[in-house]
Amino acid sequence: MKAMLAIQRGVPGEPPRTESFEVTFETGQSVLDGLRALRCEADPSLAFRFSCINANACKECMMLIDGKVDYACTVRLKEGVMALAPLPKKGLIRDLVTEIAPPDERLWPRP
Amino acid sequence: MTMQGKNSAAPAHIETDVLVIGAGGAGMYAALEAARAGAAVVLADRSLIGRGGATVMAQMTVAAALSEETPDHWEHHLADTLASGRGLCDERLAALLCEDGPHRLREMEGWKVGWAREDGHIKQAQAPGHDRPRCAYIDFLSTGPAVSRTLRAQLINASGIRRIGELMIVDIAVRDGEACGATALHLPTGEAITLAAKAVVIATGGLTGLYRRNSASANMGGDGYALALRAGAELIDMELVQFFPIGHLAPRLVGMDPIMWDPFRYKLGGKLLNAEMREFEQDYATQDTRSDGRYVLTRDLATYAITREVEAGRGSPAGGAYLSFQHVPEAEIRNAFGPVVDRLAANGIDLSKRPVEVAPIAHYHMGGVRVDETLRTAVPGLYACGEAVGGAGGANRLSGNAITEALVFGARAGRNAARHALQNSLLWSAPAAHSALDLLRGARRRDAPNPAAMVRDLKALMADDVGPFRNEQRLQSALRAIARLKTEIGEVPSSSATAFDPALVDWLDLRNMLLVAQSVAVPALARTESRGAHQREDHPGLDEAWRVNQIVALARGNELKLSRAVPSSGRAAA
Repeated sequence: MKAMLAIQRGVPGEPPRTESFEVTFETGQSVLDGLRALRCEADPSLAFRFSCINANACKECMMLIDGKVDYACTVRLKEGVMALAPLPKKGLIRDLVTEIAPPDERLWPRP
Repeated sequence: MTMQGKNSAAPAHIETDVLVIGAGGAGMYAALEAARAGAAVVLADRSLIGRGGATVMAQMTVAAALSEETPDHWEHHLADTLASGRGLCDERLAALLCEDGPHRLREMEGWKVGWAREDGHIKQAQAPGHDRPRCAYIDFLSTGPAVSRTLRAQLINASGIRRIGELMIVDIAVRDGEACGATALHLPTGEAITLAAKAVVIATGGLTGLYRRNSASANMGGDGYALALRAGAELIDMELVQFFPIGHLAPRLVGMDPIMWDPFRYKLGGKLLNAEMREFEQDYATQDTRSDGRYVLTRDLATYAITREVEAGRGSPAGGAYLSFQHVPEAEIRNAFGPVVDRLAANGIDLSKRPVEVAPIAHYHMGGVRVDETLRTAVPGLYACGEAVGGAGGANRLSGNAITEALVFGARAGRNAARHALQNSLLWSAPAAHSALDLLRGARRRDAPNPAAMVRDLKALMADDVGPFRNEQRLQSALRAIARLKTEIGEVPSSSATAFDPALVDWLDLRNMLLVAQSVAVPALARTESRGAHQREDHPGLDEAWRVNQIVALARGNELKLSRAVPSSGRAAA
């Protein structure tokens, strides 16, 4: 099966662009599985956060999936287009990475 | 603690007494104890604080002789730990773990971690290899998250601890043979940072991220071992990687840790079946007198049993074994695991109707940084704790000892690092960071091989050739492949962006992972016997002459140097 991931990319201060990647998957695989495969096969510069990979323990992979805030590690890939975007209410760092660290756990507070 | 401006040409610089690298269970406990001892602490993690590492993922149990369920003594726990380690344990570290374990679990209880209770006492389950019920836990499958949350709450309330997430340590800074701080990459900005510290604690966890199938967080590629080696410290028992026998294999399960089936077996007694739907553990139980035929196959033996069944053509469709709870009434499953049953249902799993498939998965590293009983490495000022330390588990760590080790060694390392820091002044000098800063400054966009794909390839070759079953030919082939990958990544980091650059992180990870992979394969090739987690197809059976630890160090010219030592005995001075 194939999914088309339409990913919002870019850094602060430039207009966001959407890049689409086709990803082959098997039933049950997660959006995070798809993103990790894309880094190996298509673009190693694609930025997104994750830590625990599968356990839904770290909560780092939160993003906007088809307009809804969700975890990339628990949403399954599906056939057709899936839109991925950074969290809208957090400061953008790059691509799907936003500023989610608590302010007192950052090296320095960023504007 | 001072900090210079981020826009100056010189990198931002932080000064502290104790730098703790890694904010899992061991690192958080180390930071707490160092601060309690009066030191100023920086706790740095490449992930978000309290999110990465192994502790938060642990869904199972914590072993300590609490005597809550049944009378116990830490010496019984030690006897089981040493027996499981098959002659290779550092007895000083194992004794420290067992003797201090109850104190740490009681302290955690005081911090309201919430150990599961029954009839007014802490419940303790009996795990394989333990002679009595000794393993505390938190329902439902919440041991690790609760331990993490509890330690983090203590950290937030403590004074003198600065927590910095998203900070990847690139190298430990060494001056005149002593640790004096570190150089780091600040991930959100891509800037280099230097940290001066009077003592440095490595609490980066294990290396299971080197394997294709693992139960690790993304940051568990063994970077602490590479940091230690390059700083001049030694590693011990690196060939001993523990595979967890019944890691989830199929159907695809999301939102749960793949090692979650053990508590199901403790509570409900699941059956391990081969393709003929026949229980096979008994067939392998007689090989070890400590296994009496109940669910007591230690992890090394169970891994062996499943792998042998698959090789004999009796594996499940996805290449493992079946784990069945079909004999357990549905209500009993619901009673034992409550909301977890719904999470399984969301994955299409109904345990009362169908078995799941399981297979060995890289889970824990017995080997690690070589330390003395004060958790100090061969480098003055450099300490290690938690899974990053080698020696306490010998050739096979006992179930339930990993979190205990994190808490006990974390506390000890933190206290001893603080003591060292308070007796010494900062040794920092800028040249100690030059080589790491030059490395980061050299990073550039180039047509390099895809570093993410190379990480994937390395994991595949480690799983295939340096997994639980090894032979000379495959280990030689692995070492050649590792050397080839080293040549491919080159000396200059590849980068793709300034802020949050995954290509640069992968390159820096590969630099560490390839060194660590080599540190596993070299002693694995040298150990011509089978013991615990190290099984050689070409050298079956335990050889008493090999009751020695292998030590890896980095010689001049960045060559690995292998030596042997007799396992340390005797008790640690408290």
